[in-house]
Formats: sequence, structure tokens, C-alpha cells
Amino acid sequence: MSTQLTARDYALSGSTRPLAALYSRNARAVIARGLLATRSSNWLIMVSGFFEPVLYLVSMGVGLGALVGTVEGPGGQEISYAAYIAPALLAVSAMNGAVYDSTWNVFFKMNFAKLYQGMLYTSLGPLDVAIGEIFLALLRGAMYATGFTAVMALMGLITTPVALLVIPASVLIAFGFASFGMGITSFMKTFQQMEWINFVMLPMFLFSATFYPLSVYPQGIQWFIQALPLWHGVELLRQISVASFTPATIVHLCYFLVMIAVGMLLTTLRLRTLFLK
Amino acid sequence: MPTPPAGPPVISAHQLSKHYADFKAVDGISFEVPAGESFGLLGPNGAGKSTTMRMIGGVSQRTSGQLTIMGLDPQEHGPEVRAHLGVVPQQDNLDEELRVRDNLIVYGRYFGLPLSYLRPKADELLEFAQLTDKAGAKVDALSGGMKRRLTIARSLINEPKILLLDEPTTGLDPQARHILWDRLFRLKESGVTLILTTHYMDEAEQLCDRLVVVDKGRIMAEGSPAQLIREHSTREVLELRFGSERNTTVAAELQGIGERLEPLPDRVLIYAHDGEAALEQVIARGLRPLTSLVRRSSLEDVFLRLTGRSLVD
Repeated sequence: MSTQLTARDYALSGSTRPLAALYSRNARAVIARGLLATRSSNWLIMVSGFFEPVLYLVSMGVGLGALVGTVEGPGGQEISYAAYIAPALLAVSAMNGAVYDSTWNVFFKMNFAKLYQGMLYTSLGPLDVAIGEIFLALLRGAMYATGFTAVMALMGLITTPVALLVIPASVLIAFGFASFGMGITSFMKTFQQMEWINFVMLPMFLFSATFYPLSVYPQGIQWFIQALPLWHGVELLRQISVASFTPATIVHLCYFLVMIAVGMLLTTLRLRTLFLK
Repeated sequence: MPTPPAGPPVISAHQLSKHYADFKAVDGISFEVPAGESFGLLGPNGAGKSTTMRMIGGVSQRTSGQLTIMGLDPQEHGPEVRAHLGVVPQQDNLDEELRVRDNLIVYGRYFGLPLSYLRPKADELLEFAQLTDKAGAKVDALSGGMKRRLTIARSLINEPKILLLDEPTTGLDPQARHILWDRLFRLKESGVTLILTTHYMDEAEQLCDRLVVVDKGRIMAEGSPAQLIREHSTREVLELRFGSERNTTVAAELQGIGERLEPLPDRVLIYAHDGEAALEQVIARGLRPLTSLVRRSSLEDVFLRLTGRSLVD
């Protein structure tokens, strides 16, 4: 402020880097802000998100499990009902957390807290904000997954060290949903439209072979469920939890890799609509 | 006011438009701002001032027209352009989840600035905004005026070359406004280009080298405050109040006095070179206003003349 500006200071030469209009390679500033905000005010909300799948596991796994007894696991072996649904609940919680962070949370910060308006008046581009927010969502997902896996271990539901791979796998699942969710939010303008997201999520949670095997459905419905992302997440984590892998494991992994690629492409294409009105 | 420094334009808008589905927020405006100038957009709420500011910052997509900031299109080079902008939006958008000093530091990190620069800079700006003793406070514990000062301090964290101020002093008490004007004047002296929207005439007259009067998305007039008053108004104005019932009916009896007559619901304005002389003529016609006031013409009168409406509703 003390030095005198001259006309020369006002000449800029534009970068020809791709995405220069949308991205300044500074997503870490968004991440740093998120961590600081969590530390100073949000940590209670964070903790509550951890308990939801744990409560499901206790009530359904232990309570309902007493009626059900053992069921057939992915490799054909008999496992307890709690051990059967625990990886599925982990997949559901990865989905719910990622979708919440990338849809409702983004919608609120955009339209009500006006957080992004402040960010976007700086050198940050919308892609910095999107990457930062997705990273924060995944970090939170990884913490929840670690906590839930610890609960599984305490309940004696983890029988092989391979099962620890459910943690990175649930981050992969969360990434798929988060990258897509942010793109979807760009189409939403009102709270009523946001409710449609819940309308899709709840049936997906209940019917994606979460609490019973897919074989209970007629063939046509099985195909439909198998096209949905949550079923692939449930199956992937269930296989990892008992270290029983088949060629289908590759299919589940690839499903999410494609979902992430398509979701990031959609989100990037929709960034102007989402953030620059 | 010093004469505006000449130089190549740092902001250049040509036929700039922003249309929404059902209305035209900005409808083909053109202007240029040279480096170091203090340029004002004067107009009522909804005139398109804020939308223009948002397009300059590259956070709103224009419908048509050209716009360059320091030689770059903010739509294509948003992050690079904004690296040199400071923005004070109309409504404070401070980060409510962070404390006062962290608001400055985190905002500086959005510009990619290092902490070694930001820590002393944040303290300097807290001093500037008289918020040093609030450094560790939560944002929602601040008063309206404090929030405004923090927003303004935040806009200076990257030492901007162009400062965009959207209604900077709305909601501030008179003393706070004068302090702010003083700070802005000092920034201007160091060569910072100021772009300012306001609906306060005194603010525009104090701060702007040049301004455009905007209404319904279009530019109605352009010039220095003195020039606009000279061109669109008389030297003095006589304000008469006859009581709310009679203001309009008495207007007919005032015809011929001064250069122009403007009956408003609450008062009648007579535009004249000599206000006192006009008042004598009113009295000579046997009319007895409840109150009378002779004052210099202001930008308010210019606006009224150009649009037929007052600036402040």
C-alpha cells in the first residue's frame, strides 16, 4: 500500500494454461479453511455422523441378528448376520456422507452461508473450491470408515487383516458419489428439488442387498439393482471383509473408477452453472 | 479533487449486458476507467450496479458485450484478474465459522499468499480496521459496523490494484463513514483504482473523480460530479414544504419561478440560479410555505432530473 502504483503495474499477461479460468491450483487453501472451521465450530456435527451406522449395526446386527442367526457370506461360508450387514452399512455411510457433503452442504454454502461467493472473489477458481470440498468430504469419510471398522473389530466382526482394506475402498465409494453429487447439485435451484436426492437415496439404501441377498428378487429387478452404484459398493466391501475375491471384484472397482471419471467431468462442465451465475 | 490521472484504461466495458430470463439487469453499458481513477456507479437499488461489479470480478457471466480488466477478460482469466482485485460486496460475507483474525489469514491463503506475509499483514489490517482487540472474537459477536470494517480490511489483504466497493458505507454511522473515506482517499493517493457503487450523493461527491448515473441497467449520464451538476441542474435549489396535502396543488401557482419546477409528494423543488431570489418571488405571490430551504444542487437533483425518481426510496 505504501509504494506508488504506476501504469506498468496494471499490465497483466494472461496465462494460456488449460482451465486457467476455473482453476488456480490452490485447492489446499480451501482444505485448510475446512479443517480450521471444523476445529473451531463443527466438530460436534462430525461426531454425530459417526454414530449413525454404528446404531444401525447394533440394532439390526445384534438385535435382528439374534432372530436371523447365521447367513451365507460371499464365499459360501456361514457368517453372523452382523458380519453380513456391517460392510453394507459401511458402504451406505460412505454414500450418505459423500452425498450430503457434495449436495446439501454445497447447496447451503452456496445459497445461504455465501461462503463460496467470498472464496470466488479471490484468486480461487470454482475447480479449486470443488476439489477442496470433495477432498474434505473424503477425509471425513475416511475418518468415519476408520471408526466404524474399529467398532467392527471390537464386536469381533473382523476375522482377517485383509478386511482393513474396507477403509480405502469406502473412500473410493465416497469419491464416486461425491464427484457425481456436486455435478447434480448444479441443476438444483430450490429446496424442493434437493428433496429429490433423498427420494433416490432411501430406496437405494433399503434395497441394494444391504440387509438380505440379491437372490430374493426376480431376475428383472436384480438387473436393475445391479446397475445402481450402492449395490457395487455393498458387494465390494462385503467381499473385502471376508477376503473372498472373484472376477466381480474387478467389476465393482471399475464401476467406481468410471463413476469418478464421469462425475468429475460432469462437475467440471457444470462449474460455471454451479458457482458463476 | 485532483484531476484524474491519464493513462490506458485498466477497466474497459463495451456494450456490456447481463440479461436474466425475465429482465435486463445490465443493458448495454460502456465505460472506461484509467489507472488510479476513482470511478463511481451511482443509481438506486436494482439499477444494475452490483451486477456490473460482479461481472468485473468475473463471478457473473455476461450475456453479451466486451469487458477487459487490466487487459484480460475476467471470464477467461478470473483467478489471474482477481489476484489484483479487492472486493467489498454489498452484504458482508465473512466466514462465520472462523474467528476475526483467521478470516483475514484464510482469505489471504485463497490468494496463495504465504503465512509469513499474512500474519503481520493481518495484524496491520486489524489495526487499520480498529479491531485489534477483537482478533480472537467470533464473527457473529461483532456489531454491524465492525463486520463492515473487517470486510473492508479483508479486501486489502492482497494489496489490490483495483478495489471494488459495493455500497461501502451503507449502515455505518457518520463518524465511521468519514474514517473510511479517509482510508479510501489514502489508497487512491497511492495509485489504487477505486470502483465504487453508492446511492449516497455526498459519498459520490467526496470520493469520485468521475461517475456514471445508472438506472434500469443503462447509463443515463457520465462526468465528474461538478460537471454533471452543471449540465443537468441549476446552481441552487429552493425546497418548499406546504404540507403533504397542498404540495402538488400549489405547484400550479409557482409556475414561472426559477428555471424548472419539481413537485414531489413531500415537497416542491424549484431549480434556480439564485435560490433566495426565487424565494422572494414565492413570497411576493402571496404563498406561505411551512418551511423553505435554499441549498446547492447535488447529484440527487441530477438523478431526479434524469430519471424522474429519487435515489433513496
